Amino acid sequence: MQRRYSLKALAAVATLAGLSALPAHAQDTIKVGILHSLSGTMAISETVLKDTVLMAIDEINAKGGVLGKKLEPVVVDPASNWPLFAEKTKQLLGQDKVSVIFGCWTSVSRKSVLPVVEEMNGLLFYPVQYEGEELSKNVFYTGAAPNQQAIPAVDYLMSKDGGGAKRWVLLGTDYVYPRTTNKILRAYLKSKGVKDSDIDEKYTPFGHSDYQTIVADIKKFSQGGKTAVVSTINGDSNVPFYKELGNAGLKAKDVPVVAFSVGEEELRGVDTKPLVGHLAAWNYFQSIKSPENTAFIKKWSDYAKAKGIAGHKDKPLTNDPMEATYIGINMWKQAVEKAKSTDVDKVIAAMAGQTFKAPSGIVSKMDEKNHHLHKSVFIGEIKADGQFNVVWKTPGPVKAKPWSPYIEGNDKKKDEPEKK
Amino acid sequence: MLRCLLALWASLLLMAGSAHALTAEQVLAMAAGDTDDRVAAVQQAVIDPSERTAAFLQALADDAVKVAGGKALIVRDDKGIDPVTGAEVPLPADAEDIINNNRMRGEIDTALAGLALFGKDEAQRMAAAKALTKEPEAGRLPLLDKALAQETSDKIKAQLQLARAATLLGSDDASQRIAAAQALSASATPDTRLLLNERVAVEEDAKVKAALQAALRTLDDQLAWGERLGAAFSGISLGSILLLVALGLAITYGLMGVINMAHGELMMIGAYATYVVQGVFQKFFPGAFDWYLVAAVPLAFLTSALVGAVLERGVLRFLYGRPLETLLATWGISLVLMQLVRSLFGAQNVGVENPAWMSGGVQVLSNLTLPYNRLVIIGFAIAVLLGMGYLIGRTRLGLFVRGVTQNRPIASCMGVNTARIDTMAFALGSGIAGLAGCALSQVGNVGPDLGQSYIVDAFMVVVLGGVGQLAGTVYAALGLGILNKFLEGWAGAVLAKIAVLVFIIIFIQKRPQGIFAVKGRTAD
Repeated sequence: MQRRYSLKALAAVATLAGLSALPAHAQDTIKVGILHSLSGTMAISETVLKDTVLMAIDEINAKGGVLGKKLEPVVVDPASNWPLFAEKTKQLLGQDKVSVIFGCWTSVSRKSVLPVVEEMNGLLFYPVQYEGEELSKNVFYTGAAPNQQAIPAVDYLMSKDGGGAKRWVLLGTDYVYPRTTNKILRAYLKSKGVKDSDIDEKYTPFGHSDYQTIVADIKKFSQGGKTAVVSTINGDSNVPFYKELGNAGLKAKDVPVVAFSVGEEELRGVDTKPLVGHLAAWNYFQSIKSPENTAFIKKWSDYAKAKGIAGHKDKPLTNDPMEATYIGINMWKQAVEKAKSTDVDKVIAAMAGQTFKAPSGIVSKMDEKNHHLHKSVFIGEIKADGQFNVVWKTPGPVKAKPWSPYIEGNDKKKDEPEKK
Repeated sequence: MLRCLLALWASLLLMAGSAHALTAEQVLAMAAGDTDDRVAAVQQAVIDPSERTAAFLQALADDAVKVAGGKALIVRDDKGIDPVTGAEVPLPADAEDIINNNRMRGEIDTALAGLALFGKDEAQRMAAAKALTKEPEAGRLPLLDKALAQETSDKIKAQLQLARAATLLGSDDASQRIAAAQALSASATPDTRLLLNERVAVEEDAKVKAALQAALRTLDDQLAWGERLGAAFSGISLGSILLLVALGLAITYGLMGVINMAHGELMMIGAYATYVVQGVFQKFFPGAFDWYLVAAVPLAFLTSALVGAVLERGVLRFLYGRPLETLLATWGISLVLMQLVRSLFGAQNVGVENPAWMSGGVQVLSNLTLPYNRLVIIGFAIAVLLGMGYLIGRTRLGLFVRGVTQNRPIASCMGVNTARIDTMAFALGSGIAGLAGCALSQVGNVGPDLGQSYIVDAFMVVVLGGVGQLAGTVYAALGLGILNKFLEGWAGAVLAKIAVLVFIIIFIQKRPQGIFAVKGRTAD
C-alpha cells in the first residue's frame, strides 16, 4: 500500500515539478533492511555490523536523510541459520518493501540469500572479504576479493621483509571460503614455482578448539625450510589456535602466521603478548592514521557509548567489515541521490563509479562494471595491545578480480554481471 | 652480497679493536627509514659497539624507542632518554612510535646476541650462542672464533662450535661443508634440521649431499621420539579436558539420571565467574594478578553450584522420572542462561588471560615443549577426580548420594532426607561443571556459546564409560582423548572427529551399557 502511494506521489511530483526537488516535508520514509545474525555462532562478528548500519543511518538522518526522506531501519535476526537468511530476505523484500539490504557474513549465508534477491530484484550490500567466484547484478561486494587480500599477503611473505617463505601451511575451517581461497592460493604458489610437497593443506571443523596436533605438525613441517602459515580459520576457533601457538613457542620471527579472518574484534578475547609479530591482511585497520579514520573511530565510540553497546562502550574497536559496511551505506546514499530514486535498477546504474573518502585513508571507488570496490591492501603485524602495526601496503587501490585467474575456466568469464 | 661485504669490513674493524662512541646519526639510522638501511645500520653498530649500543638495541627490541624532530629517543616510564649520552631529556609531545617488522626484530635480536656473546652472565652467553646458531652468516665467523677463544665454559663452547658449523654449512669449501654436516648431526634440534634441510635443497655437490642426507637421517631418528611423545601428551591433555567436562555430568546424569542439557551452560557460568574474578583482581589487586586463578577456582565452583541448586529446587525436582520433560526443560534453561549471559556481558567472547606462570611451556626434549597451561589442567583434573572420588566414596554425603540413587524408598525409610540429598548432589555436579569451565577458560574461548561445544563430548564420555560409573568415565575420557589425537595426526582433524563418532556408535551398538556395566540389581 505504502509503496504504491509513494510511487504515485513520486510520479506526480516528477510530472509536475520536473523533478527538481522533492518536498522536504514528505512524511514517508525509505526503509533499509539489516540482515545480520544477532544470535548463534556468528553473532560474535555480525552484531557489530548491525550497529554500524544503525549508526550510519542516524548520521544520515541527522543531516536530513536521503531525497528529503528519513531512513527507517528494519532489523531482522537470521540467527546464524543459513536457510533462515533466505526467508528473512523474502520478508524484507516482499512484506517490508525495503529499498536496500545490508547483510550477511559467511559465504554460505550469502549463497542462500542470492536467489531470493535476484528473483525479487532486491539490492544487497555484502561487507565481508570472500572467495570470489560470484558476480550478481543485485549484489554490491564491499569486502575484498582474493586478489585484494589473499594474494598480496602471500606475496609479502615471499618477499625479503616478510621472511622469504619457501614452504606453506594452508590452514582453514572446513567450508567454502577457506577451501576456495586455498585452491586459488595453491594454484598461485605453484605458478611461483612452489612444489606440491612444500604445501600442506589442513582443515578443522567449525568451532574446533584443540589445536595441539595442528601446531605440532606445523612445527615439524617448518623444519623442512622457511615456513609461513596462511590461516583462514573462522571466528572464535582462532583464540585456542593462537593460544596454542604462543604456548608452543612458535615465534612470528620463525614461522609467521598470516590470517584473513582475524581482526581487532577477534583478538578481543586473546592475550596478544605471545602473538606479537603474527600478521593479518585487511583493507582497513583501526590503527591507520588518517583524518577520516579518526572521525570514524570517534563517531563509533560516541555511538557505542550513547547506545551502551556491550564491550564497545568501554573499549570501542573498529574493524575491516565495519568500514566496508560504512562505505557501502554511504555509497548507496550517494547513488540514490544521483538516481533521484530508490528504484533498484536506477540505483544499480548510479552505483557505477561512485567514490567515497574511506576511513582507510583512500578514495574508495565502486568499479564501473564489476560491483566490487577498488581497495588498498594493508598487511599488519599484531601488537601487544591487540592492535595492528601496518608494515606493508599497496601503493594505491587495487581493482577486484572476482573471477580469480588462478582457477581454471575463469579467463572466459566476463568481468561484469551476466544479466543486465 | 652487500651484507656479507659489510660484515666482512666490519669484522676487520673488530680486529683492529677501535671503539667508537654511538652517534646520533647512527641511532637515527637504526630507528627510522627503510628496513634494508636500518638492518645495515644495526649490523654496523654491532661491529664496534660502545657501551650504550646494547641499551639502545634492547630499547628497540622492547618497542621503547620514539622519533621526534629527527632524533631518536629511548622512552622508559614516560621519560625520554638520549641514547647517545644516557641523559634524561624532555619528551616532545609529537614523538612518534617506530615500527619494527619481523625481519627487523630478528636482526635486532641477533645483534643483541652478538653483543651478549662477550657478557659476564653464562646463561646469557648460552642463549646468545643458540640464537647465532639459528641465524648463520659468513661474516660472523671471526666473531665466533673470537668468542670461542675467550670462552671458558665447555657447554657454551660446544654450542659455539655448533654455531660455527652452521655458518660453515654455507662455506665454499666442500670438505668444510661435509665436516659441518657431521658436526650438526650430533645436535638433534629442530633448528639444525631446518639448517640441514635448507642446505640440501640448494646443494649441488653429490658427496656433500650424501653427507647432509646421512646427517638428516640421524636427526630424524632422534627427533621421532619427541614427536611420538608429543602426540601422546596431547592425547592425555585432551583426555584430561574431556574428563573435567564429563565428571560433573557423571554425577547429575550418571548417578542421578537427570538428562541435563544445561550442563554446558553451568560450565559457561564457571568460566564467566573466572572472568569476573580476573576483572576484580585487575582492578583491586593488580599486584597479585598472577594468583587470581586460586581465588577463581572456589568461586567458579560455588557460583555454578548455586545456580545448579536453584535449578534443582526450582525446576528439576518436579520432573524426576520424566526424562523427556527434563530434557526439554533443561534445554530451555540452557537457552535462558545463554541469553542472560549475553545480555550481561555481551555476545562477544571475553578475554581471560593466562597468568604468567601458565604461559609458555617446559622444554623436555629439543622438539617437545609441554605447555604449562595443559600441565596444570592435567594436574587439576586429577585433583578434582581424587576429590570427587573421596567425597562420593568416603564421606557421609557420598554414602547418602549412593544410597538415594540406588534405592530411594529404602534410603528414605532409613531417615535420609532424599530431597535435600538430591539438591546437594545436583549442586555438586554443577559445581564440578563450574570447575571445568574455570579450566576451559585457560585453553579456549569464553563466550555465551562455550557450553554448546562441549555438551556433546560430555555425554559421549559418560555414555561410553557406562552410566553410573565414575571409573568408566575416567577410562572413556582418556581413551577418547588419545584415540582422537592419534587419528588426527594421521587423518586430519575433520576425519578424526567423524571416525571417533563412528567408533562410538559401533561400540554402543555392541555394548549398550558402556565400558563398565553396573552389576547386579543395583541399577534402577
